[in-house]
Amino acid sequence: MIVLEKRPQPSKAWSYATPLVAVLATMVCGGILFTLLGKNPIEAIGTIFWEPLFGEFAFYYRPQLLVKGAPLVLIAIGLSLGFKAGIWNIGAEGQYIMGAIFGAGAGLAFYPLDAWYVFPIMVIAGAFGGWLWASIPAFLKVRFGTNEILVSLMLVYVAEQMLASVSLGLLKNPEGFGFPGSRNLQAYDSAHNAELIAGSGMHWGVVTALIAVIFSYILLNRHMLGFHIRLTGEAPRAAKFAGVNPARLILFCLGLSGALAGLAGMFEVSGPSGVVSIDFNVGYGFTAIIVAFLGRLHPVGILLAGGLMALTYIGGEIAQSQLGLPAAAIQVFQGMLLFFLLAFDLLTNYRIRAARSEVA
Amino acid sequence: MTTPLLSLQGLTKAYPGVVANDQVSFDIGEGEVHALLGENGAGKSTLVKMIYGLVKPDSGTMLLRGQPFAPPEPRAARADGIAMVFQHFSLFDALNVAENIALGMENPPAMGDLASRIREVSETYGLPLDPFRTVGDLSAGERQRVEIIRCLLQDPKLLIMDEPTSVLTPQEVDILFETLNKLRSEGTSILYISHKLEEIRTLCDHATILRLGKNVGECVPAETSARDMAEMMVGSTLQTPERSGRDFGEVALDVSGLSVPSPSEFGTALKNVHMAVRKGEVLGIGGVAGNGQDELLGVLSGEILTAADAIKFNGQPIGKLGPTARRRLGVLTAPEERLGHAAAPDMSLTENALLTGSVREGLENNGFLKWAETKGFAEKIIQAFDVRTPGPENAARSLSGGNLQKFVIGREVLQNPDVLVVNQPTWGVDAAAAAAIRQAILDLAAKGTAVVCISQDLDELMEISDSFAALNEGRLSAPRTTTGLTVDEIGLMMGGAHGMEVAHV
Repeated sequence: MIVLEKRPQPSKAWSYATPLVAVLATMVCGGILFTLLGKNPIEAIGTIFWEPLFGEFAFYYRPQLLVKGAPLVLIAIGLSLGFKAGIWNIGAEGQYIMGAIFGAGAGLAFYPLDAWYVFPIMVIAGAFGGWLWASIPAFLKVRFGTNEILVSLMLVYVAEQMLASVSLGLLKNPEGFGFPGSRNLQAYDSAHNAELIAGSGMHWGVVTALIAVIFSYILLNRHMLGFHIRLTGEAPRAAKFAGVNPARLILFCLGLSGALAGLAGMFEVSGPSGVVSIDFNVGYGFTAIIVAFLGRLHPVGILLAGGLMALTYIGGEIAQSQLGLPAAAIQVFQGMLLFFLLAFDLLTNYRIRAARSEVA
Repeated sequence: MTTPLLSLQGLTKAYPGVVANDQVSFDIGEGEVHALLGENGAGKSTLVKMIYGLVKPDSGTMLLRGQPFAPPEPRAARADGIAMVFQHFSLFDALNVAENIALGMENPPAMGDLASRIREVSETYGLPLDPFRTVGDLSAGERQRVEIIRCLLQDPKLLIMDEPTSVLTPQEVDILFETLNKLRSEGTSILYISHKLEEIRTLCDHATILRLGKNVGECVPAETSARDMAEMMVGSTLQTPERSGRDFGEVALDVSGLSVPSPSEFGTALKNVHMAVRKGEVLGIGGVAGNGQDELLGVLSGEILTAADAIKFNGQPIGKLGPTARRRLGVLTAPEERLGHAAAPDMSLTENALLTGSVREGLENNGFLKWAETKGFAEKIIQAFDVRTPGPENAARSLSGGNLQKFVIGREVLQNPDVLVVNQPTWGVDAAAAAAIRQAILDLAAKGTAVVCISQDLDELMEISDSFAALNEGRLSAPRTTTGLTVDEIGLMMGGAHGMEVAHV
C-alpha cells in the first residue's frame, strides 16, 4: 500500500525538481510509445531534443526556436498572472487573433506610407485588440458573475470567425488576385517586424517576451499588486481581508493577459507570418496554457518551459519528416508532458510513504 | 469487582513527529458518565477515534466486557454497541431528519416506521424533534439532537460525545444533560469529551485527564475543584489575567441601525445592530455560532460595505471604507478562521505579516515591498507573542492552531489599533496561550483601545469584558455591564433554548 502524506509545508526542492522529473517520465513513456509505433525510441527522442539544437541543420532550427518560443512565453507570462490569482483566461488564442487583426489593420491603414511611427502604432493597436477581447469576459464576470473560462473560450471561436471574415473582406489584399489573405507586411518596410540581427530569429516579439519575463518577476516578488495576485490565488478570503478589490484584480489580470496575447499576435503577423489569413493562428494561445503550468507559473520557469515547448514543436516536425512519425504521436508526446507535470506536482505538497498493510 | 464495560490498556498511537497517545489506560464502567479532559492537542480525539474504529492503535489492547475488542472500522464498532456524536455534524442540509438518519443506517426501515421510531425515541429522552423537518432549517442544538437520536436508535452501550456543548446555549445544555442523565439511569455508559470544567463537575462520575498524549491523572469531578482540574490539564499553575479598574474615554466605535444581508447563502443577515464602544472599554459579544458573528466581523473589518453612517469611528463615517482605509485610520480586526481568512496557509509568516501590516507599519513604498522591514515585523510578532516556529520563513499552515492564533492576534495588537475587533481570539488555543492573548487584549484596552471581542466562550467574555451583548439571529441585544450578570440572564440574551420564547431586544 502506498499512502500520500501532506507535507507540513511545500517542498522547495520538489517544486524545482518536478518539471525535470516530468520531462524524464515523458521521455520514458514517449519512448515506449515510439517503440510501439515501430521506431527506434532513442533515435526518435534524440531527434526531438537534440537535432534542433546541435544537429546538422541547427543553424536553421535555432532561430526557429526563438520565433516559436517568443509568442508562447509572452502569452504564458500574461496567463500566469491570472492563473496565480485563480482567474482563468482560456481564450488567449482569441486575444492573439484579435491582436493580429488590430495590429495588421492599423499597419495596413497607413499603407503605403513610409514613416517611423507606423510600427509603434501597430504595437499599441495589437495590445489594444487583445486587451479589448479579454476585457469582455472580465467585464461580464465583474458585472454579472459569468464564468470567465467559458466566455473567454467561446470568444476564441468568435475571433476565428472574425479572422476568416477580415481575411476574405476588409483586410483582403486588393492586389491578391482574389486569393484570401491580406497584403504581406514583410513587404511593407514601415510595418515589418524584421529580425533585429539577420539570421538570428531575434525580432521585437522576442525582446518584448524577455521584458515581460523581467517585468512579471518584479511585479510578483517586489510589488504589492503581485503580492495581492498571489494572495488572491492562495486564499481568496484572506485577500479580501487584506483589502484586495476582486473586481479590479479581475479586470487587471484578464486585461493584461489579453494585451500580451494581442502583442504576440501582432508581432507574429507583422513578422514571421506576414499575412492575415484564415489559418493564421496555430494554437499558440492554447499551448501557452501548458507553458504557463510547465513553468510552474514562475516567470523564469515559463521562459525555460517556452523554450522546451518550442523544442518539442520543432523537434516534432523534424521527427515527422525524417522518421515518418505521425503528427498525432507528437501531440500525444506533448500531452504526456503536461500530464506528468501535473501528476508529479503532487509531490510538492505531499510525500509518498509505503504503509505496511495494517492488520487489526 | 464487576468487569468494566470498556477497558483500555496501554493504547499508543504515534503520528510522524508526534505521539498522539502514549500508553493510555483507563476503564469505563457500566452506566458511568466518564469525562475525558484535556487541552486541544492532548490526544482526546485520537483516543476516541481508536475506540470508534477510525484509527488503529500502534500498540495496546481494548477489552469490551472482558472480550478483546479491536474494531477495524466504525461499522464494526457500531455493531458492538459503540456510538459517537461528532463535534462537527455530518448532515445533509437539503434532506429531512428521517432521511438523514436513514442514510446512516445499515438496513433502514420504511420511512414511516423510521419516523415513528424517531418520534418515540425523541419523546422518551426529552429531545423534541419532528422527523419531517428539513435539516437546513434546524438550529445547531436541533441538529445535534438528530445526531444523538441517530445514535440512540442503535441502542448503544457506550455513547461517545465530542465537545457536545460548544454549539449550545446554556438552556440547551440543560436539556442535553437531562437526556444524558436519563441514559445513564438506563445503564448506558457515556464517554464525554470536553474542556469545560464546570460541565464536567455537574455531569460526570469520573474523569480521566490527558496531557500531551499521556494519562496524567484521574479524579472524581464532583469532589475536585475546577482550578485543580485545570492545573492537571495544563500541568502548571494558571495565571488569571489582571485587569485594573479604568475609566472609559469617548465613544470610539459607534454602530447604529446597521442592517446588511449576509454575503453567503447560509449566512445570517445583521438586523438593526446598535452598539457603542468607548476608548478603553472591552465589549464582549456572545452568542451561539452562526448567529451573525462572521458577518459582524466582516462589517467592522470593511470586507462588507454598508451605509456610510452606520459605522462611525471617532465620529467619522467609515461604513463605505474598505479594509485598507480602515487600517490606515486605526480600526483593526482579527477574524475567527485563521487559515484562509486571517492568514494565507501556504504563505510564509513574513508574507502573512504583510497581509494586514503593510499600511500601518510602512512596509511598502509606492507599491514596492520592503521585505527586510516586513521580515523584521514578523520577527517582532513572533518574539512578543512567543510564537513557536523556527522562523518567519515558515508557512502559516506549518504552525499549530494556537501558535498561529498568537501570530494573528499579535499582528494586530502590535500595530497599536484605536479599535480592535477580534472573533474567537482563543479558539483552539491552549490555556497558557489563551491567558496570554487575553492579557494582551486587556493591556491594549488599558492603553485606551476600544475592543470588541466576539466569542462563544462565555467564561472568557465574563473574564475580560466590561460590557456584554449577545447576537441572536443577526440581532444584537442591548449591551449590559458584565459585573453582576447571571448565567440565566446571559442565556436569555442569547435567545434561550429552542422552543422558548425568544427575547428580542
